[in-house]
Parts: sequence; structure tokens; C-alpha cells
Amino acid sequence: MSTSHASLLEISDLKVEFPTRRGTLVAVNGVSFNIEAGEVLGLVGESGAGKSMTGNAIIGLLEAPGRIAGGAIRLAGRRIDDLPYEEMRKIRGREIGAIFQDPLTSLNPLYTIERQLVETMMTHLGISKRKARERAIELLHEVGIPSAEERIHHYPHQFSGGMRQRVVIALALCSDPKLIIADEPTTALDVSIQAQIIGLMKKLCRDHQTAILLITHDMGVIAETADRVAVMYAGRVVEIGSVRDVVRRGQHPYTTGLMGSIPKIGDDVERLSQIDGAMPGLTEVPSGCAFHPRCGVAMAVCRQDTPILQRCEHTEVACWQVVNARTEPKGET
Amino acid sequence: MTENVMIRVENLRRYFYSTPPLLNRLIEGKRRQTIRAVDGIDFEIKTGRCLSLVGESGCGKSTVARLVVGLYKPTTGRVEFGGGRPDSPAAGETGPSPQRVQMIFQDPYASLNPRWRVSDIVAEPIRHEHRRKGRMAISQRVDELLSLVGLSPGDGRKYPHEFSGGQRQRVSIARALAGDPDFLVCDEPTSALDVSVQAQILNLMKRLQQQYRLTYLFISHDLAVVYYISDDVGVMYLGRLCELADTKTLFARPKHPYTRFLLDAIPDLDMSGRERLPVGGEVPSPINPPTGCSFHPRCPHADIRCKTEVPRLNEHGGTRVACHAVEEGRLPDSKD
Repeated sequence: MSTSHASLLEISDLKVEFPTRRGTLVAVNGVSFNIEAGEVLGLVGESGAGKSMTGNAIIGLLEAPGRIAGGAIRLAGRRIDDLPYEEMRKIRGREIGAIFQDPLTSLNPLYTIERQLVETMMTHLGISKRKARERAIELLHEVGIPSAEERIHHYPHQFSGGMRQRVVIALALCSDPKLIIADEPTTALDVSIQAQIIGLMKKLCRDHQTAILLITHDMGVIAETADRVAVMYAGRVVEIGSVRDVVRRGQHPYTTGLMGSIPKIGDDVERLSQIDGAMPGLTEVPSGCAFHPRCGVAMAVCRQDTPILQRCEHTEVACWQVVNARTEPKGET
Repeated sequence: MTENVMIRVENLRRYFYSTPPLLNRLIEGKRRQTIRAVDGIDFEIKTGRCLSLVGESGCGKSTVARLVVGLYKPTTGRVEFGGGRPDSPAAGETGPSPQRVQMIFQDPYASLNPRWRVSDIVAEPIRHEHRRKGRMAISQRVDELLSLVGLSPGDGRKYPHEFSGGQRQRVSIARALAGDPDFLVCDEPTSALDVSVQAQILNLMKRLQQQYRLTYLFISHDLAVVYYISDDVGVMYLGRLCELADTKTLFARPKHPYTRFLLDAIPDLDMSGRERLPVGGEVPSPINPPTGCSFHPRCPHADIRCKTEVPRLNEHGGTRVACHAVEEGRLPDSKD
């Protein structure tokens, strides 16, 4: 690394594979990025881009037969991708928290909220039951659950969707992790609840200095929450940069196409600009740049060679068109 | 009914009943509960226009869609169809006739029979209505429909699982068009799709609307999608309409406090630095809706009248609003 300090999370050249009878499918193909302490990195892309796979690989929850086939994941300088299961279990929950899309599946329906919070804290922080209980109530207050002293005795089904997600956030925060992986945390929620949850996550992240890897397909959520964004397509990061630069003046044709296809209030257009086709399945990832069959400006080189991520102007982009456009005028002058 | 009104809905109500088990009723004295999913709704859609119903989950928008196509029988009130094509039945008839109304569902994975080939799925309404006679004529029509929605005629031999979500939704649209409808009810047709695919489907739906002068009832929770597709918008809250206006007016000058909240809650893509003002609280249960205006517990402008008296949907400066505060002029005008 060129930087003098180690980032909180460093992912380099991560590769996730699924060996199947018909051959090996590569779900994540050479993904690299860093997250600094207290930073919110958004990971966007459409379904099948490999963003959840990346998240699951970091917390060591890849579903078999999926496996990390290459690259390294470092948390505060320490390699965590090759740890044995038990070791990883201690890190997960203690140092990396997780928030998933469906709060009902991440809470145990047979336990009260109290038991889930207290047990987690006793396991990870080694504190007494009484202390853990006090802290649990404090946390529930913090995530905005009214009359937490009573509600702590309730079961998950007694909470509404938005409240449940707050409980999940409390659970993710309870051991004061340095990093939270939030996989589509607001997708299952209504807009007004979504706004509440995003506001809450931003506030907590600031107060606790927690970094978040925010995985979502919703550009609006990213624009509001993230500091930096990585756009994924067919298992690769195609563009990465500060949220302002990527959302407003993204350079990769996929980024701009994605932004253009979002309907906007106040934009009176007869037709939305659309990207034809759909994300390729894992069995049929095109050669070269995986986006070339859908790309309006694809060239011959795009069909053969895979572009690598490199810094062009304000963002890092993996696109031959952008790279060429930058190098050519320079050659002339 | 005037010539160009496609559908008129009057005082439409649909209640569902949830009955606790016998012993709970006898011992604990629990009553039969009424869920007021749709609680008195009026609107009309003119031919060739698109009305969208928006609201959060549980506000009854999908129930309205199902009532309109006749999948549910209304508890009270009526749905009238009129206008449309000259060969259509006499105006004033109640209950939809299937050949004129078709529906597109949210989940393209659940709404197509996995055991049928796509050509059979699309041909079913044609066969059912006897619109075309003979195998050749039907398969020709199916090919035509598949090309119309951007699939190739050869795709008819495939099964639904061979298609992606967006392509399946195209099949749903082809099937809906097979009955030559005048009126399409679309219940969250793009909610299960990725944004780039959503744009394709929305463009397709808009093109078809212009080409065939279709009338849409569009159900969605996504205000940006609604802004793009619709001519008129109705905002629903707990089974009632709280605001109904043409799209431009509603988005530029929202009147009802709930509409303003919804608009404020939209994520800001332009990153103007505007902080979202989250609405406090959540949608209450339709089993025990608040008295008076059902929005009053979340509304900053609520007073005693709001707690007791149900506001009516009244004309107010170009929009129809159900709000006492707007009526009394207690509410400051929203920013333009």
C-alpha cells in the first residue's frame, strides 16, 4: 500500500467462486477497495453484480459451495479471509457487525429482544448480565425505540418492520464494532421509514466512529448516505470515487446509464434513457469488458481485453473508452 | 356518464373480517375485527390517461386495484365502466368485463404459470375470448404481441424460468394486451426490477399507452416512477384518498401534510445537501385506525377537529384534498 497508515478494511483482488458441475462460476472477480475508519462506502449495482457476495465474503458467510478463491481481506492490517471458522466467529459480531435486508430473518423469532442483545454482549464483550441488560436498554433508546424498558421483553414479531430494523441495528452496534456491513438495510421498508433508518445510521456512524459498507441497489440511498461509492457490474468494480463525483459526473458508461435510467421528479422527459439488455448471468459473462454488449460506445478492444480500474480525472474507472479519451489528447500535446 | 370517462369509482369500500378462534371469543371476549382496507374512495379516470395511486404499504392501494379488476367484490360502492370502444357494452354497466380490463402484477415470478410455454400464456386470453379462430391466426397474433413488447417470436417456445425478471414482465404485458384491453391495472409492475430494467419497462408501457390509447390505473410506492408515468396522482393513507391532483400540481404544490411528508422523504439524488425530514411514527393498523383524520397522530398541524371529524375530499385550488387544516387555511402554502 502506498499510504503510510493501514486502512480499516483492505480488500485486494478478491475473487469468489462457485464450483458447480458445469464448471466454476466466478461471482466476484478481482475486486479491490479500502474503507477508512468512520467512512461509509456504498457498493451499488443491479442484482447479480456480486455486491452481496462481496459483503458475505468479508464477514465469512459465503454459502457453500461458494469460496474465496483469491485475493486478501485485511481488517486493521490483519488478514481475515483465511481464518478458521471459530476465529472468524469471534470477529463477526465483535469487530464486524451486520445488518441484512430482512430484519425478520436476522432476529431469532423464539427469543426476546433482551435475550438476543444480552447474549451477544456477554459473548463478545464478556460483561455481566446486569451490565449487558443496562446497555441493551441504552442502545434501544439510542436507536429510537420508545419505552425500551418494556419493549425489551418483546419478541421480534411484536415489532413493526421499521422497529425491527432498529433492533437489528442495535444488535449490530452492541459490541461497538469498527465496521458494519449493511446489505440492503432499507430495501424492505417504506420511504418514510427508510428516511428514519438512514438518518439513524448516519447519526450512529458519526457518534460511534463506525465505518459502514453500505450495499444497495438504490442510488438515492447511496447519494444521501455514502462518502464514496463503488459501482459493480458482473463481479467487477467498474467505477469508484467520491459520491459526488460518481453520482453527478460518473465516467463509466454503465454508471451514467444507471443514473440516467432513474426517473427523477421534476424531470419532464418523454422517454427515460435506458440501457438495453440485462445483467449477464454468471454462466455467460461476456469476454473483455463484461458491459460491452450493452454499451453504446463499445470498441473492438472492449470485446477482447478486460479493462482494469485506473484513475482518470476525478474517479477510478475500468473502461477503455475513458482511458483512451484521456491518453490520446495528451499524446498530441 | 360522460363519453370520455373510462372508469368511475364511487364510495368504494372493502372490509376484511378477521375472526379470532371460538375459545378466544368466548373466554377472552374478543370481538370479530374489521379491517378497513379501502374505506370510501371516489375517483374517475378519463380515457387515455393514467392515474397512479401511491402510498405506503398497508394503505389499501393494491386492494383498490383488485376491486377495480373484479378480483374482490366491493363491500359497498360501485365501479362503473363507460366510454371506450364503440363495440363495448352499454355504459353504466357495473363490474368489469374481462376483455376490457387486464392486470399486470408485481411479481413476474409468481404471475406466470411455470409449466406453460410463453406462447400458451400469451394465447390464453385470445382463446378465452375467441378473438381469433384457428391455430395459425392465434400463433400469428402471439408472435405479433411478443414483438410488440420487445421479445422475439421465437421466445414463445420457452418457459418462464428461462427469462430474466424484466423479460418476464414483458411477457405479462403481452398477455395483458392479448385481450385487446382498453384499461390496464398495473400493480407495482416495476418494483421487483432493477433500475435499468425498470426504465425499459416504463418506456415500453408509455409507448404502448400512446400507441393504443390505453387507460392505466398504476399502483406504486415510488414517487419518481409515478411522476414519470402518470397524468393524475392519488395519495392514499389507511384506505382513504387524502389528495388527488394532476401530477404537475401535486408535485409542485402538495397540499396535504402527508403528501408533503412523502415528498420530503424521497432520497435526494442531486445531493443539494437537503436534509430529509423523516416523518415520525409509522402507518397505524387498519384494524384500529385513529379517529377523525387517520393521519392526525403523525401530523404536526392536527387540532381537535382533526381528532374527531373525518375530513372529506374537497376541491381546493385545483386539487382535491381531504384535510381540515388546508380547508381552514391553517396550513402555509408549500414552496413552489
